[in-house]
Amino acid sequence: MKDLFEILQQIPDPEIPVINIVELGIVRDAKMISENEAEITITPTYSACPAMFSIEEDIIKLFKEKGISAKVITTISPVWTTDWITDEAREKLKNYGIAPPEKGAGEEYLNVPIKCPKCGSENTKQISRFGSTLCKASYQCLDCLEPFDYFKCH
Amino acid sequence: MKNYLLKLADDTLIMGQRLAEWCGKGPYLEEDIALTNIALDYLGQSSLFYKYATQFYEGKSEDDLAFLRYEHEYLNAQLTEFPNGDYAQTILKTYFFAVYQKILFEKLMKSQDSQLAALAEKALKEVKYHYAHTKTWLNVFANGTEESINRLGNAVGNLWEYTGGLFDKTEEEENLTKLEIVPDSEMLENEWQGTIQKDFQEFGMQIPENAFMQKGSRKGIHTEYFGYILCELQYMQRAYPGCEW
Repeated sequence: MKDLFEILQQIPDPEIPVINIVELGIVRDAKMISENEAEITITPTYSACPAMFSIEEDIIKLFKEKGISAKVITTISPVWTTDWITDEAREKLKNYGIAPPEKGAGEEYLNVPIKCPKCGSENTKQISRFGSTLCKASYQCLDCLEPFDYFKCH
Repeated sequence: MKNYLLKLADDTLIMGQRLAEWCGKGPYLEEDIALTNIALDYLGQSSLFYKYATQFYEGKSEDDLAFLRYEHEYLNAQLTEFPNGDYAQTILKTYFFAVYQKILFEKLMKSQDSQLAALAEKALKEVKYHYAHTKTWLNVFANGTEESINRLGNAVGNLWEYTGGLFDKTEEEENLTKLEIVPDSEMLENEWQGTIQKDFQEFGMQIPENAFMQKGSRKGIHTEYFGYILCELQYMQRAYPGCEW
């Protein structure tokens, strides 16, 4: 079981390649169902996440190289949340220039102060609630003036 | 159940297709991206609803249901197919739909059907953003210039008579409500009106009273605009049957 997750950790998120699919929290289960067959359960971040298809292909391809035939199951429930992103991955996002989502943010998530990933200032401005991918919003730091993406709470 | 799933799927498919017409034509870059993000959310939701619906249509794929049915077989509300018009109308239409989806999915999350409940819970997270976004804009329009106030007023005039159709029921819907699988549409409509009224008051606007409502939504009866959007939507599958990306 642990080995399977180690293999899956080699697969980067296609849209944010600094983090892998395990630390993103989208791998829900991984088990061997026979000697050379694995069953991997994943869950989409958003209903329309276009990366799901390529993630499924990546999983099948990587396991094939290891002589394992992988079957990928997609489940919707329980519903993915940004709280499942690991602390390590949050740090990676920050270093990559994407402000990580606040943990445990509820209904007020739209108004949480966003720290600039570059200088750490909370003096930031929302440019748009939406961004280059479904999971991001656009912000700008008003101190160092850096425009940056915010991985929005979900 | 199958008609109810089609109602959910067709609504979001047509909302997404219509909104995507703004792609590359938004008033400025960030808004262009916002609208296409929302359109993509709709497309994802419709895909999940169609996928579930295939369980009730033997031998049909998700694509068959989305692309290979005829006009009278689509159960979307007429509001969803209504043209984008100007930006005020597009935002108002998306706002009306977002309030509807928000109330609907909050209830559907508690459905006795666990699959439907899961899809609703998933989509609700997305819809909350749509609601926040469109509400912000309506506030700007309603408290903007004479021009923006006029345009918003025209949009209310154009769209209002189609909003009632969102709550029209499909054939078997009342049975599903009795089984606690889907919420009661009349209750949804009351809550929807309440939310709109509250928001409109905030904007300094009023909702039309005792207005005429168009009939025929959820029964396969459409506005004159529907054939055209369906043509565009289905073109690829009709020209190249079975084509896949």
